[in-house]
Amino acid sequence: MTTMFARLANPTVFLVLTRRLLPALAGLTALLFAAGLYLSFAASPADYQQGDTVRIMYVHVPAAWLSMLIYTLIAISALGTLVWRHPLADVAAKTAAPLGACFTLLCLLTGSIWGRPMWGAWWVWDGRLTSVFVLFLIYLGLIALQRTIEDPGQAARAAAIMAIVGFINIPIIKFSVDWWNTLHQPASVFRLGGPSVDPTMLWPLMVMAAAFLFLFVTLHLASMRNELLRRRIRTIALLNSRTQPA
Amino acid sequence: MSRRQRRLALIGSALAVLAAAAALVLTALRDSIVFFHPPTEIVEKAIAPGSRLRVGGLVKEGSLVRGEGRSVRFVVTDTKTDLPVSYAGILPDLFREGQGVVAEGVLQADHSFRADSVLAKHDEKYMPREVADALKKQGLWQHNGADAAPSTQ
Repeated sequence: MTTMFARLANPTVFLVLTRRLLPALAGLTALLFAAGLYLSFAASPADYQQGDTVRIMYVHVPAAWLSMLIYTLIAISALGTLVWRHPLADVAAKTAAPLGACFTLLCLLTGSIWGRPMWGAWWVWDGRLTSVFVLFLIYLGLIALQRTIEDPGQAARAAAIMAIVGFINIPIIKFSVDWWNTLHQPASVFRLGGPSVDPTMLWPLMVMAAAFLFLFVTLHLASMRNELLRRRIRTIALLNSRTQPA
Repeated sequence: MSRRQRRLALIGSALAVLAAAAALVLTALRDSIVFFHPPTEIVEKAIAPGSRLRVGGLVKEGSLVRGEGRSVRFVVTDTKTDLPVSYAGILPDLFREGQGVVAEGVLQADHSFRADSVLAKHDEKYMPREVADALKKQGLWQHNGADAAPSTQ
């Protein structure tokens, strides 16, 4: 098991494998989005009290889940960087951060558009909204830190420490609606006693969540490939400049 | 202990200390993190009239009175304590009796509340109209409005 994992995580094997895998993943993502968009915007029913506005959920909720999932992935990668010093770990963390920031922003924007008609406010500083905004700022900070330090090894370690410290925010986001009075309602899907979303609306949501997940996996793997190749070019350029002084 | 295990233990203990610190900070700041106060808390804490705050709960059934223009009066309840609220302005679409609501404004001397903004709070249940109607017909409807009525903790 460990040897298989180690083999997969070898950068060269990774490059070969992802080149073959990416077209299939992109196709699957497109199919899932086609099905998910049809199910959520045409086939699913309107909500009994929110009407058609509830359809914002099919974009908002998958984006919110991904924003936290991607951060968790970055925190695990940070452990990989600090503890096992694995070369792919930092590549994964560095390329996941901009994607995570995008999904967090999408979550904040769709939430704002949803909040205006339902709650009567574009934005409020309640526990859930504030902690997700903090997550967005942490993503921006990570992206900045990864690009500020020139030495890749040092940059990786500094960003990894920040990523692990920032992970504290993830359980705060998840449980903010249980710990404090918030305007945001509590969890509808991952809750004790099962989902409180009717099956006719839960299924479209799940298909959209799968589509978002595969979109992220596709973009992330493609981005990791690019980052790996970029680092190889950098290494080659460094070696060249050493062997043949200008 | 190998070097990796040592690093892992170091990160683990650092994270535990950090989590404890975060928990202490969040506990200490609880009163300012909560978005609203239920009516019972306002009475229990004897909050002084004139202070600005948000009160949250359910709009009591049968309490909504529409006045001149856009002025309305209603009672916010957490099922234990009632607080009469007056407001003039546009109400959100989801505002209705039995629904969760958060009103921001000033506590008056006569222990009523003068709101200058009213937000609707909805619960975590999503279902099509037919399902909601069927549940109501079968008497299985457990409409506690939003869960805006605070749990007693």
